[in-house]
Amino acid sequence: MQTATDASAIRARTLEIATAHDGLEAPLLPTLHGVQNALGHIPEEALLTLAEHFNLSRAEVHGVMSFYHDFKTKPGGRKVLKICRAEACQAMGADAVAAAAKDKLGVDWHETTPNGAVTLEPVYCLGLCACAPAAMLDDKVHGRVNEQLDTLLAEAQS
Amino acid sequence: MKDFIIPDPDFGTPASKSTNTVTLIIDGQQVSVPEGTSVMRASAEAGIKIPKLCATDMVDAFGSCRLCLVEIEGRRGTPASCTTPVAEGMVVHSQTPKLHKLRKGVMELYISDHPLDCLTCAANGDCELQDMAGVVGLRDVRYEPGENHFETRQNGEANPAYQPKDETNPYFTYDPSKCIVCSRCVRACEEVQGTFALTIEGRGFDSRVSPGMGSDDFLGSECVSCGACVQACPTATLQEKSIIEVGQPDHSVVTTCAYCGVGCSFKAEMRGEELVRMVPYKQGKANRGHSCVKGRFAYGYTSHKDRILNPMIRDSIEDPWQEVSWDEAISFAATKLRDLQSKHGVRSIGGITSSRCTNEETFLVQKLIRQVFGNNNTDTCARVCHSPTGYGLKTTFGTSAGTQDFDSVEDTDVVIVMGANPTDGHPVFASRLKKRLRQGAKLIVIDPRRIDLVRTPHIQAAHHLALTPGTNVAVMTALAHTIVTEGLCDEDFIRTQCDWEEFQDWAEFVSRPENSPESTALLTGVPAEELRSAARLFATGGNGAIYYGLGVTEHSQGSTTVISIANLAMATGNIGRRGVGVNPLRGQNNVQGACDMGSFPHELPGYRHVSDDATREVFEKIWGTKIDDEPGLRIPNMLDAAVEGTFKGLYCQGEDILQSDPNTKHVAAGLKAMECVIVHDLFLNETANYAHVFLPGSSFLEKDGTFTNAERRINRVRKVMAPKNGYADWQVTQLLANAMDAGWNYTHPSQVMDEIAATTPSFANVNYDALEEKGSIQWPCNDAAPEGTPIMHTNGFVRGKGQFVVTEYIATDEKTGPRYPLLLTTGRILSQYNVGAQTRRTENVVWHDQDDLEIHPFDAENRGIQDGSWVRLASRSGETALRAKVTDRVSPGVVYTTFHHPDTQANVITTDYSDWATNCPEYKVTAVQVSPSNGPTDWQEDYAARAKASRRILPAAE
Repeated sequence: MQTATDASAIRARTLEIATAHDGLEAPLLPTLHGVQNALGHIPEEALLTLAEHFNLSRAEVHGVMSFYHDFKTKPGGRKVLKICRAEACQAMGADAVAAAAKDKLGVDWHETTPNGAVTLEPVYCLGLCACAPAAMLDDKVHGRVNEQLDTLLAEAQS
Repeated sequence: MKDFIIPDPDFGTPASKSTNTVTLIIDGQQVSVPEGTSVMRASAEAGIKIPKLCATDMVDAFGSCRLCLVEIEGRRGTPASCTTPVAEGMVVHSQTPKLHKLRKGVMELYISDHPLDCLTCAANGDCELQDMAGVVGLRDVRYEPGENHFETRQNGEANPAYQPKDETNPYFTYDPSKCIVCSRCVRACEEVQGTFALTIEGRGFDSRVSPGMGSDDFLGSECVSCGACVQACPTATLQEKSIIEVGQPDHSVVTTCAYCGVGCSFKAEMRGEELVRMVPYKQGKANRGHSCVKGRFAYGYTSHKDRILNPMIRDSIEDPWQEVSWDEAISFAATKLRDLQSKHGVRSIGGITSSRCTNEETFLVQKLIRQVFGNNNTDTCARVCHSPTGYGLKTTFGTSAGTQDFDSVEDTDVVIVMGANPTDGHPVFASRLKKRLRQGAKLIVIDPRRIDLVRTPHIQAAHHLALTPGTNVAVMTALAHTIVTEGLCDEDFIRTQCDWEEFQDWAEFVSRPENSPESTALLTGVPAEELRSAARLFATGGNGAIYYGLGVTEHSQGSTTVISIANLAMATGNIGRRGVGVNPLRGQNNVQGACDMGSFPHELPGYRHVSDDATREVFEKIWGTKIDDEPGLRIPNMLDAAVEGTFKGLYCQGEDILQSDPNTKHVAAGLKAMECVIVHDLFLNETANYAHVFLPGSSFLEKDGTFTNAERRINRVRKVMAPKNGYADWQVTQLLANAMDAGWNYTHPSQVMDEIAATTPSFANVNYDALEEKGSIQWPCNDAAPEGTPIMHTNGFVRGKGQFVVTEYIATDEKTGPRYPLLLTTGRILSQYNVGAQTRRTENVVWHDQDDLEIHPFDAENRGIQDGSWVRLASRSGETALRAKVTDRVSPGVVYTTFHHPDTQANVITTDYSDWATNCPEYKVTAVQVSPSNGPTDWQEDYAARAKASRRILPAAE
């Protein structure tokens, strides 16, 4: 993951990703994913570029992006730790996991550790209820995290 | 809908256009409606009201509020009536115990996150949420206070979910705390206005209406302030500031907007004699319930402090004004005019009718000139805008008017927009056009500038032919060349409807190699292949309609271009049915009417030449006087004659020729040379700087009458308050006429309309009773067409056979050269109107407080011009200074500005060149040079000083 800050670099990279999705029937969502993957978040400059490129209004791209919690408007940590808070996991002690994670990382939900290593996010069901409580570090899911929270946190901060 | 005064029924969902009928039973009542109608609308049409919040008939059904649930026999659950289409034999129950319970529960949830300040709320008495709470019998809310959006503070801390009011728009506020997230505003912005400036951001409890992106406010967003969202809002979330200030209106009157030629119908909502707000009228056939920022909000000029309410006179234009009584002003004017005539001859005076005044007022001014002055020296501002339309369409089709109604756009497949900028100049029509384009119609834009329609959210023109200013005819002929040589003409149509011989001459002419797109590309700047594709699209794409504006007419070949447009429509068979036609977009509210009413020096009402004995006889009989059979002077001729010393007096009603006519210095010289200039206007306009008599005018709110819009639709203008100046304009004209011994005794404008009908065949069956009954009438309306004529030439052309006319391209004499290497073209902007006399006196100035010069980055860089810096704009006629706006909307070599502000005086720059047939000035092409500058030019400073001096007013003598 890289974080581009320069406006013209953001525009250029966004345009490159958008152009790759030209011709799709609904190119906006895959493009937003592409931008987030490439830049780590979706800056306003990228949204303006997308509105212009796909001939949409600024409001429309903002509406779509803001609907999905996973799209970030600000850069996050190098890694993202998502802890499941849905019913099955709660029943298996997810609240305690969350509290411990917050405490050990020293951040609240949606916050990033001061060293920029990890962002903590809640998530509602990872489909891993059989191994509850569950969590996800970047793209990888982990089961029974109550038993291995420290390992997971260490990995997250590495 | 907020229509509690004249209940404008809201059927919840739009009407279906199907011709098949479906019959169903709702609450025991048998109902028959068109297929595709929603259960909600079917119920509403039968008088059964189903509770609703997110549905309104200006937008498509959405199904989000869950209040309009019904039970349908044989179907499971409780479907939403707004999204459920009717089916044959369906049995619907709209009120059952189960539904009552569900609805009450839904309302309880809504109210749990809504402030209960109904008594002090601006929407009190006009709130659908309040109404629905009553309808479902909500008596208490069981939810305990918790997280919400409306409390500013919670538990002693600021409520993070509370957002303060957005008051940035000058005309309405957005109060998020009152929002129920029904999305009606978002959908109105998308479906009705077509701007897509609003969205719902976030999801679930976080869902909020957001203008633009998160960092935008209403003013900074893409919002064009059309008011559709305010109209759609069921609560006080989006609310007119005037309602917040004044309170709810107590009655309303349907009238017609006095801005552009679209002629939107509005309800003037009143409290006593005070105008509270203007609301677009759903039954208005031009606008179908839509509006723009001008008609909806910019009426503040009618009560602006600059309005002059007392008559004034002065002996010399160097003197300050002296306020006098009406009697004194009128007799001063009448005596002066008669003296001038006795000294310099009957033809030494004349008048200018107004395209902003009513048909009746215009008719009386030309009658005053023809009957009382005894000459034909009458002209109107249509001279400087659409006179070529009159000439061109009369020559080819036989009538001086557009062929369609605005509804016709709903059936169009390919649209050519030429020399017009509808999103700014005719915004309500633009919204209707954009709706059709989003449904799949194709668009071809022919304009030197990249207007918004070329590319704007969800709209993309198939072709933009960005021609060099002044080459309209060459482009049109090249389009015709492609259609003829590629065998794309509609031969059946031409053989049956048009003169075949003339067609063949024309076809031979356009087919010549010198008229091919390849030959003319160098001249026009339009790539040949692009032009050929556009021509093929227009000829083969289905119903083709052409809409055009002043970019067509205001050229030395304006009439030729209009003729070439007519030729193209005939050659492709695009005349005489819905979805096609030739449609001039008229600039001012009553340009069409002013032309119809005989404002031109050569034509009596109904476009009949003054040399025609039979026509003169009709008027001579009623008016009891001889009518001059020689055409009179056109505006430029009047000014020339004034400079020469043979034209001495002018009555100018509601028209600011000094600012709007070309070559300001020449106009000023002409006016200065006259001995009696009478200006009849709301404000001391620029022309009044040279006037001797000022007669205060009345606004469109203060008089009865009719306006005729671009689709020939005669709409009623209704008086909602007494004239602040004492008299309606038609009464002032009558006072002047009677002071010159005319002996008129009209007591109501309807009598003038009766006189028009009695003398003018195309208005034969028009009268106020018929207008009251039908709402509006499109002329011709006579025994042959008693209901009026929405679409013309349906059974052959009015003139008999459609006439093809050869249109040879002749370059204008206004040419670029080393000293003046750029071409200036002019246009309009959404928030301002014409010379700005009205809109500059409203809050609309927040969007456009000065005229800018658009210049391409290439030309700007060459000259060292920065965005926003002062530049000097010079032509052979004069020079002015204004601020530069560097943009690639214009091509290199072309610069563009608007003419809304008098301190810019864009017409100091424009030249004397004009249309060969009608003298319509060539505003759209002027060779200029642009250079960096420090500020206003000497001319602007001198002019400002002179304007200030000539506006001094002495108090009335005691």
